[in-house]
Amino acid sequence: MDGRRILLEFVLLIFLPFVFAILVPFAYKYIKGIHTGWFVLLVPLVLFGYYLSFIPLTMDGGHAISEIKWIPTLGIAFTSYIDGLSLLFTLLITGIGSLVVLYSIFYMDKKKENLGSFYVYLLLFMTAMLGVVQSDNTMTLYLFWELTSISSFLLIGYWYTRDKSRFGALKSMMITVFGGLMMLGGFILLSIMGETFSIRELIAQAPDLVSHPYFTSALILILLGAFTKSAQFPFYIWLPDAMEAPTPVSAYLHSATMVKAGIYLVARFTPIFGTSSTWIWLVTGIGLLTLFWGSFFAVKQTDLKAILAFSTVSQLGLIMSLLGAGAISYHTTEAMFAFATYAAIFHLINHATFKGGLFMIAGIIDHETGTRDIRKLGGLMSIMPLSFTVALIGSLSMAGLPPFNGFLSKEMFLESMVALRHFELFQFDTWGILFPIVAWVASVFTFTYSLYFVLKTFLGQGKVDQLPKRPHEAPIGMLVAPMILASLVIIIFFIPNVLGKWVIKPAVMAVQPTLYGSPADIDIHVLAWHGFGSVGLWLTVAIVIVGSLLYLTIPKWQPLYKLQPAKLSLNEGYDALMRGSEKGMNRLSRAYMTGLIRTYLLYMFAFLSVTVIAVLFIKDAFVVDMNSFAAITLYGALNAVILLLSIGFVVFAKSRLAAIIALGGVGYSVALFFVIFKAPDLALTQLVIETVSVALFLLAFKHLPALNEHGETKKTKVVNLIISLSVGVMVTLVALSSHSQKLIPSISQYYKDTVATEAGGGNIVNVILVDYRGFDTLFEIAVLAIAGIAVLGMIRLRVSRKETTDENK
Amino acid sequence: MELLMAIVAGILFTAAIYLILSRSLIKVILGTGLLSHGAHLFILTMGGLGGSAPPVLLDGVTEFVDPLPQALILTAIVISFGVTAFILVLAYRTYAVHKTDDLNSMKGNDEHD
Repeated sequence: MDGRRILLEFVLLIFLPFVFAILVPFAYKYIKGIHTGWFVLLVPLVLFGYYLSFIPLTMDGGHAISEIKWIPTLGIAFTSYIDGLSLLFTLLITGIGSLVVLYSIFYMDKKKENLGSFYVYLLLFMTAMLGVVQSDNTMTLYLFWELTSISSFLLIGYWYTRDKSRFGALKSMMITVFGGLMMLGGFILLSIMGETFSIRELIAQAPDLVSHPYFTSALILILLGAFTKSAQFPFYIWLPDAMEAPTPVSAYLHSATMVKAGIYLVARFTPIFGTSSTWIWLVTGIGLLTLFWGSFFAVKQTDLKAILAFSTVSQLGLIMSLLGAGAISYHTTEAMFAFATYAAIFHLINHATFKGGLFMIAGIIDHETGTRDIRKLGGLMSIMPLSFTVALIGSLSMAGLPPFNGFLSKEMFLESMVALRHFELFQFDTWGILFPIVAWVASVFTFTYSLYFVLKTFLGQGKVDQLPKRPHEAPIGMLVAPMILASLVIIIFFIPNVLGKWVIKPAVMAVQPTLYGSPADIDIHVLAWHGFGSVGLWLTVAIVIVGSLLYLTIPKWQPLYKLQPAKLSLNEGYDALMRGSEKGMNRLSRAYMTGLIRTYLLYMFAFLSVTVIAVLFIKDAFVVDMNSFAAITLYGALNAVILLLSIGFVVFAKSRLAAIIALGGVGYSVALFFVIFKAPDLALTQLVIETVSVALFLLAFKHLPALNEHGETKKTKVVNLIISLSVGVMVTLVALSSHSQKLIPSISQYYKDTVATEAGGGNIVNVILVDYRGFDTLFEIAVLAIAGIAVLGMIRLRVSRKETTDENK
Repeated sequence: MELLMAIVAGILFTAAIYLILSRSLIKVILGTGLLSHGAHLFILTMGGLGGSAPPVLLDGVTEFVDPLPQALILTAIVISFGVTAFILVLAYRTYAVHKTDDLNSMKGNDEHD
């Protein structure tokens, strides 16, 4: 703990929402009069207030650590590490969390909705998110990461009776959990490389890790985790479908917090991976692609929340590309790239403020008019003036106009991208010119959809009469949260440097710890007005002009979207993948699981003989030592002939009786072998058992049908013959080679020597059975007893006639 | 002699597996009978077939056959007898309930998997 004393282990605070979630159902059930949300509101408010007290510490570049050991033997611990970056995210989570809970109190109906589960999921999510941004241990980071996926799944599927909610929940679960697992793989590789789970310790050894063979794999796996969570191309497809969640959830999870977990991950791991060109290319490239893609397709949408979802995708791409550009500062001293990281974090905050507000407005419109379809809306300005003001502020900030905070960060973004053009490393000089062009075009579309969002909804001719509900201004309680966010949008524009000093510079310092001694060293002062010489200003002017033109001509160029064939969309690809894997797996298991016992036996015998024979020859274990063999006796040879003949009769017999008699012949000839090989006890037992067996066979077969081929084809018979021959060959080979190479002498000499003195018997076999190895005999008796009882049970216990016929159906 | 017995055991196994792979319930039972004979001879062969006297102490006899495989086989014979008796009755009951001895028609319905 640097610099200050703390009475409480603050890692425990992560679990405060979790503990509170246990109490929520009781509050919901027993306190009917008050909306449950009021109790819940306490949690983020208290946490927000508490975490504010860390600002003085991180402002000086300090950090705080608090740890509870979880699995000490594996080095896994809940570690809360608060530096500039964690604190920024923590404040966003608790601050926007308070506003969202406040908003949901008015949005979610006390009587119609199951508030108990809603707030339980939401608080669960809050714990998970705090855990993600504060964890220093990669394993617990992963734990909380998956908890965000699960709670997000529960929240998207909150109205679980709707098909679309369930589809959206499942889709987001599949994609984010896929990414989460990849990330776990990356973490494990990292822990193998650095022999620690602690992110701080990994960062400390970053220079050594770069040359490790696992470096690139770990990099790509962790980026996959970040890209899926933060809805980057091509994984963004879950986010528009997640809009089936209640609007407070969309505002909180899918614009301000959870989708930024991937951004956090990239920022947190920049000190480790940032020096690699792969990292810079992937993060910047995918970010810019997502930025363009999202902004281009946002204009196509007709649902208010879908526009915002695509806009979120696009803005996340913007932040991502800035983080990638910021990592270049490891290679050059040009101040522009440190500037990019600053811009990324600045825009992250700005986006959380205006996008949260816009989502809440979309929810209000839905709540008051009964629809979110932009084609049905229009002319609401005079009816909902307050909502209109908030929406306008949010949209213009999103579009990047002054005097709103989006303008500042957008200008910084454009300037960073223009600076990328000059960068001469990793072949950037050739392709570098693409970066500012893509960024500029995407900003034009951003401007267009921002206008489209707010103007189509509030201006134009009112079709108020055709709306499902008679619209009127929302209750003031619902408007408080978006109004607070909107005023933040303006306040940040006028005092950006206060925010910069308190929050952004410490965060930049955490992203690039090796470059600065303290946050005060970061020489950036955000100005709203750079004079006419600034590139950003002229680019913004051009954006406004072209964007307005595009907005006015939307009906003329919107048919462009129809050029994209429906089959080629990413959603179609996802659906095809899901359908295909289900079908493919089904076909695969149907192909080999025939339900026929013969098929399974074929697999087993074929596998057995092939492996054993292969191992025999690969290991050179097949040896035949002719000298160790005993001589062939006349009786032995004769008896072998009898045995083989009997076997032939059993196999080829046409009647049951012949087969049983031949089987008996085999048994008696085996008994004869026992005689020849000097095993009197075996011969006796074999004779008796064979006699009883034949009697049993005769008794049972009386009740069985005649021998039947059941129309077996030649082909199956040939296959059966090949398999059985291979098993037979295997048995012969194993018998010969095991006899030919005795690695250790038999222990039988001991029995022979001691049978008279120790056991007082003369028949060695019998003494072994009842004295040396008596336990075998005990359980062999048990086997006989059980078999007897089972036979008796099967004959005596009958299922009733009715049940049998039911079974046959 | 071991060479001959190893081949005989192999043939017993071949015949047994061939019968077990057929569709008729009765043939499967016949096959298991042959299989146990094959296994017993296999154990005996691997232990070695030399030796001049049965493993019973008599005056003046010193060269015994190895007694341990014999004890093992004796146990195996009894167990396989118990199992054979059981599957015979099982086959009888199966036929009584399902009225068929065709193994291909004794497979689960698709609704159950």
